[in-house]
Amino acid sequence: MKTRYTYGGDEHVYVEIGEEMSLDAFFVALSMSNAVRDANIPGVTEICPANSSFQVRFNPDVTAPEDMMARIKELEHQSDQAEKRLSTRIVEVPVYYQDPWTHETVMRFRERHQDPSGTDLDYAARINGYDSVEAFIEAHHSSPWFVSMVGFVAGLPFLYQLVERDKQLQVPKYLSPRTDTPKLTVGYGGCFSCIYSVRGAGGYQMFGITPMPIYDPEQKVSHLKDFMVFFKPGDIVKWKPIDREEYDRIVKEVEAGTYVPRIAEVEFDLEAFNADIPGTNKKLMEALNDV
Amino acid sequence: MTFKIVKPGLATSIQDLGRPGYFHLGIPECGAMDRFSLRAANMLVGNPEDAACLEAVFMGPEIVFTRDASVAVTGAEMPVKVDGEPQKTWTTFTVKAGQSLSFGFLSKGARIYIAVSGGIATEPDLGSRSTYPIGVLGGIEGRPIQEGDELPVGNGALVAEGRSVRDELRRGPGNPAELRVVPGLYWYRLSEAAGKSFFEDTWTVAAEADRMGVRFKGGKPLEFVDREPPFGAGSDPSNIVDGCYSYGSIQVPGGTEPIILHRDAVSGGGYFTLGAVISADMDLIGQLQPNTSVRFVRIEMDEALKARAERKALLQQIREELG
Repeated sequence: MKTRYTYGGDEHVYVEIGEEMSLDAFFVALSMSNAVRDANIPGVTEICPANSSFQVRFNPDVTAPEDMMARIKELEHQSDQAEKRLSTRIVEVPVYYQDPWTHETVMRFRERHQDPSGTDLDYAARINGYDSVEAFIEAHHSSPWFVSMVGFVAGLPFLYQLVERDKQLQVPKYLSPRTDTPKLTVGYGGCFSCIYSVRGAGGYQMFGITPMPIYDPEQKVSHLKDFMVFFKPGDIVKWKPIDREEYDRIVKEVEAGTYVPRIAEVEFDLEAFNADIPGTNKKLMEALNDV
Repeated sequence: MTFKIVKPGLATSIQDLGRPGYFHLGIPECGAMDRFSLRAANMLVGNPEDAACLEAVFMGPEIVFTRDASVAVTGAEMPVKVDGEPQKTWTTFTVKAGQSLSFGFLSKGARIYIAVSGGIATEPDLGSRSTYPIGVLGGIEGRPIQEGDELPVGNGALVAEGRSVRDELRRGPGNPAELRVVPGLYWYRLSEAAGKSFFEDTWTVAAEADRMGVRFKGGKPLEFVDREPPFGAGSDPSNIVDGCYSYGSIQVPGGTEPIILHRDAVSGGGYFTLGAVISADMDLIGQLQPNTSVRFVRIEMDEALKARAERKALLQQIREELG
């Protein structure tokens, strides 16, 4: 990894930690953006960590662009020394795979897909070498995922699979983006899963839907009363496959204001993870058993 | 007092100077596309410069007032009428209770800003009244205005009629429009020839132009430097591992049609960006009509900062002249 510093016009400094996606790059991006926040540099208005990069927006009348870049560069060394540990939470997100609503959308936009003859899941299973859709779905939900970026639109999490690189699922985006995606669709593009926080355009393959709201500008949903956006970078997610009955039950609970997501506090240590991936994942997921 | 919306126009929305601070969650700053014009409109009616106004694109709304108020319309050129009587743009006039404010056909620019003394007083979300329909924030229930809406307006004293921003102090795009760009971000992905042709070609504004972004057509397709796709980026040469987008950044999916992200920008994505339009020229993008010819002008950071200072000085001069 070689860190690259550049400008986005006169109001942004953009820092790319690595050209390719990796947890190491993500950790550096997250710890550097935290260091920028802690440094309280005058004029900074936005600090946005992303998958393997981050961006700082600032008022150049307060701190000139080259001074801003110099200040951020100074923080790189500091983050190198930082431990790659994170006190975070693991959240169980229920997913109704192969649901009727995303299926309807899958079929409606078939002509924009690489393989119009099947579904997004048929295609994803095949190109990732799985014998069946069921086996592919199992691979999708059996290991935990890391929220490596929140964005694109309001509150949408990008999730990175916590497995060895050769086991990571990969699918291309639609050939041409759809004009519609159901709200709370669980999608997939490149090496990232996502949850569409709002209904709208989208290019990721569609696998299922969650009944758990993750964005509520009215802040009426019980777990979104404190803030309208649920996810933040560094959160860990465990997908839990559910059927129609459970989906309907959770939707009713959300409407009644009684739904409580299963969440446990966990520590994530990158070195420990790299040394023993299955063991670390097992421990992370076991934390949910106590909830 | 309220504004009664008789006709909403095309996509008329409540905007102020926006809600910075939430881009890391995918919530863009929003706010007036042409902030210069919004500030000037507020100055003309004696409002704080960040008061909420109506931003109307291509077509004006029709509004009935329930109380006397001072009004100013800035930005694009469009005939302004009070009960059918013509009024000047960039100039303060009074609308009396029961009178109606309406507009003729757009002659220049794309967006008008309608300021009313006291400012539009809808409930702010995350510190701003700016409308963000995707995230259902600001505006009226997060949407553009509709026929029958009654917009609350704050209390503001009437100001003298006829106060005006001189022609020389108004700002809009030329023809062809010139947008100044500092190369950066993923500029290195472009071949040398593409880096040249991007600035040499004349582009035209495509129909796909909204508050999120403006698309351009007509220039030569851009070629990329060969590479092995980095893990997680995607196979297209214009793909990157999804990263943040700068306001004003220029992405060129597939190397064909540049898109400049504006105030309602998506906060990130998987396309390379070649640099960004300088902050001083962002207002001009809000006034581009479809099919306008556009040249991108390559400049360095020191020139960008000079242009920023000039825009600021121009606003300061308006402030002083209006006293």
